Amino acid sequence: MRPCMTKADIVEHIYEKVGFSKKEATDVVESIFEIIKGHLEKGEKVKISSFGNFVINEKHPRKGRNPQTGEEIIISGRRVLSFKPSPVLKKAINPLLQD
Amino acid sequence: MGDGSVTKRDLIEEVAQRYPRFSRRDAEVMVNTVFDSMTEALARTERIEIRGFGSFIVKQRPAREGRNPRTGEVVAVAAKKVPLFKVGKELRLRVDGQPLTAAEPDTETKTDTDNAGG
Repeated sequence: MRPCMTKADIVEHIYEKVGFSKKEATDVVESIFEIIKGHLEKGEKVKISSFGNFVINEKHPRKGRNPQTGEEIIISGRRVLSFKPSPVLKKAINPLLQD
Repeated sequence: MGDGSVTKRDLIEEVAQRYPRFSRRDAEVMVNTVFDSMTEALARTERIEIRGFGSFIVKQRPAREGRNPRTGEVVAVAAKKVPLFKVGKELRLRVDGQPLTAAEPDTETKTDTDNAGG
C-alpha cells in the first residue's frame, strides 16, 4: 500500500481511464487544481458533490496573548479555507458505520 | 456560479473550455476521476498531498458517550474515521489576499493551452 497519494498518482488514474498522454493528463490535473484555487482566492465556495465543499471563512480580529511574555496582542482578521466532507466521502471512509 | 459558489459541473465546464481538443465528456471523466481517486485513497486511509493546494489525512476518532442535546439522554457514539484537510501554504496565503511572491492578477495565464479564445 502506498503511504501517500500525490498528483502523480491522480495523473496515473486519468491516464489509465482516458488514455491521453501523460503530459496531457498532468496538464489537466494541474489546471483542475489551479481553477479551484482561482475561485477560492476570489472568496467563492467550491462544491464538489460526493466529495465535499471548500469554504472560505472570514475570521474577525481578536485579542490574543503571547503565551511566553503574557503580552496582549491583536490577532488580525483573516480569511481561512476549510473543507467540509460530503456524507458520501464519510461513508466511503466508514463503510460499516450505521448513519 | 451566480451565488458565489462553484460546483463540480462548473469546474467541468471550465476544463472543457480550457481544453477545446477534449470533449465535454472527457472533461467530465477527468474531473470525476480526480475526486474519485482521492475518495478511494482516503477510503484506504492513505494520505493525499497536493502540492500548492493542501493535504488530506484520515484520523481515527475513538468511541465516546454523547448526549442528545434535546433530551439530555446519554447515547453511545461509535468510533469512526474522519477526513481532515490542511490547506497548503500557497493557497492559504492566496485565500488571505497575501501574494506569495510578486502581486499577480487572478487570471490564470499559466497554462500553455488556454489561448484558444483569440
